[in-house]
Amino acid sequence: MSTLSDEKPAIYRAGSRPGRRSPDLFQVLCWVASVATVATLAWMILQIGQQSWPAIKEFGLGFITGERWIPNRDQYGVLPFLLGTTISSLIALLFALPLGLSIAIFLSEDFLPLPIRQVVRFTVEMLAAIPSVVYGLWGIFVVIPLVQQWGKWLAKTFEDVPVLGVVFDGPARSNSMLTASIVLALMILPTITAISRNALVAVPATLREGSYALGATRWETIFGVLLPTAAPGIVAATILALGRAMGETMAVAMLIGNSDRLTWSLLKPAGTLASKLANEFGEASGIQVNALMYAALLLMGLTLTVNILGELVLRYTQRKTAGIR
Amino acid sequence: MPISMESELKSPAADPSTASPEPRPDFIQVKDFNFFYGRKQALFDITMDIPERQVTAFIGPSGCGKSTLLRNFNRMNDLIDGTHHTGDITINGRSIYDPKLEIIALRRSIGMVFQKSNPFPKSIYENIVYSLRIAGRRNRKFLDETVERSLRGAALWDEVKDRLNESALGLSGGQMQRLCIARAIANNPEVLLMDEPCSALDPIATAKVEELIHELKKDFTIVIVTHNMQQATRCSDRTAFFYLGRLIEFDTTEKIFSNPSQKQTEDYITGRFG
Repeated sequence: MSTLSDEKPAIYRAGSRPGRRSPDLFQVLCWVASVATVATLAWMILQIGQQSWPAIKEFGLGFITGERWIPNRDQYGVLPFLLGTTISSLIALLFALPLGLSIAIFLSEDFLPLPIRQVVRFTVEMLAAIPSVVYGLWGIFVVIPLVQQWGKWLAKTFEDVPVLGVVFDGPARSNSMLTASIVLALMILPTITAISRNALVAVPATLREGSYALGATRWETIFGVLLPTAAPGIVAATILALGRAMGETMAVAMLIGNSDRLTWSLLKPAGTLASKLANEFGEASGIQVNALMYAALLLMGLTLTVNILGELVLRYTQRKTAGIR
Repeated sequence: MPISMESELKSPAADPSTASPEPRPDFIQVKDFNFFYGRKQALFDITMDIPERQVTAFIGPSGCGKSTLLRNFNRMNDLIDGTHHTGDITINGRSIYDPKLEIIALRRSIGMVFQKSNPFPKSIYENIVYSLRIAGRRNRKFLDETVERSLRGAALWDEVKDRLNESALGLSGGQMQRLCIARAIANNPEVLLMDEPCSALDPIATAKVEELIHELKKDFTIVIVTHNMQQATRCSDRTAFFYLGRLIEFDTTEKIFSNPSQKQTEDYITGRFG
């Protein structure tokens, strides 16, 4: 057997050819793919940065705090859109998180027989497959009439209430922040539901049993053990949903009313960074293009920040609950 | 829960100052009990009396029904769809299937320790007071005292007293299991059920838990399911041998392991099968 003695056992050679110092094809492909992904992102940031550079030089930070967007006078400020993006996404989250989490709890418990739960789950997840423009159309035909009806009532009812009077300041319009936020909420619902449900289902059965054995009811078990254990997943779901809401373009552009005015009223038209870009890019020229690129850079920065923040929160909660298998 | 005293016969270290009534020989009474998972019968005509403040071990090969019976004592099997039973089980003279008895109250009066330790992803402190919080106890002093008493009871206090607010998931495997025991006794249950509590522990941690069981029987009626026959001999007063869903033999541990009356018991404990 001496001839074989310096050869390693087969297991060490698995997957590589005799001249195994050189990486094999699979390794090369993986390497290329991962580098290409990073390179594409870097290329995009570089391009957008380059294109927005003239605007950054020209307008500086005043671009962010500026309240007016008047291309004819070369006056550009994105504060209304920055706020529009933030507020519409947060309101969408406000609607979607309680609803989505409730659905997730409902689907992860055995309130209904399994086949019916599967149907509900499939239906909710199918909401993610509906094209954005269809949501926009649905918003025009269904949500707008509703908001029209209730907006007037809201404006009238809260007219003299301190804070709510500003938030529901009239006259109520149908293409408004509220309309866009409601449709956005529906669009991010499947993200929240699916990821939260997975997190809840992944809670070990032993924890559930442990809680029941201590005399907890189903609800005490859900709120005391299941939700805290699934918290990292729920946080991840929320952040992904927020990111999606911030970047959503088509449906928002169709519903928000695309106003350049800064307003705190939910019942008035507004605009988001994404809807502004979509609406104006086609006809833009000169420094306007650079200004829009600057806005795009900000939008990207915003979503990136949200995701990084999310990652940090996720790590923190995971560290707190580390060790559950 | 009355201040308890050790069983006179079994515990020479009994403290005479804390006298309490004679322990009941039939604290848990199982009467003609049959249990079914759907159509499959898992337990056949079980009748047995489990004495108060002693350790009763359930032994037998896998699938013999010992865990099923244990999980009936606090009606954990109710969580499984399609189960039903005939016959009755009483604890301290009261049927656990009494429709007037709330299942929540039943489970509060019975502590359970599982095969795999299952601390909640909370602090050590919050793990212990979980059952008290859901029972609506808010008095900080009472909670603090319960935490100390329970952790001392589970021989864990000295190891964790300085980090009660740290996550329970940072403990070692043996500590986690003792934490689960502390959590189970926090509410002063009448009965402590243990479903193979040491099967995932190393020998040193196992020895600690066994020592603990010995201490705990002064205060609690303990039923332990074990696959480890040495464990049964080391820590139980009485042993029940189950086979294929039937109770084959139930006697003092000494008798079962030295002079069993049934051939099947002898075959099992001598390692001829199982």
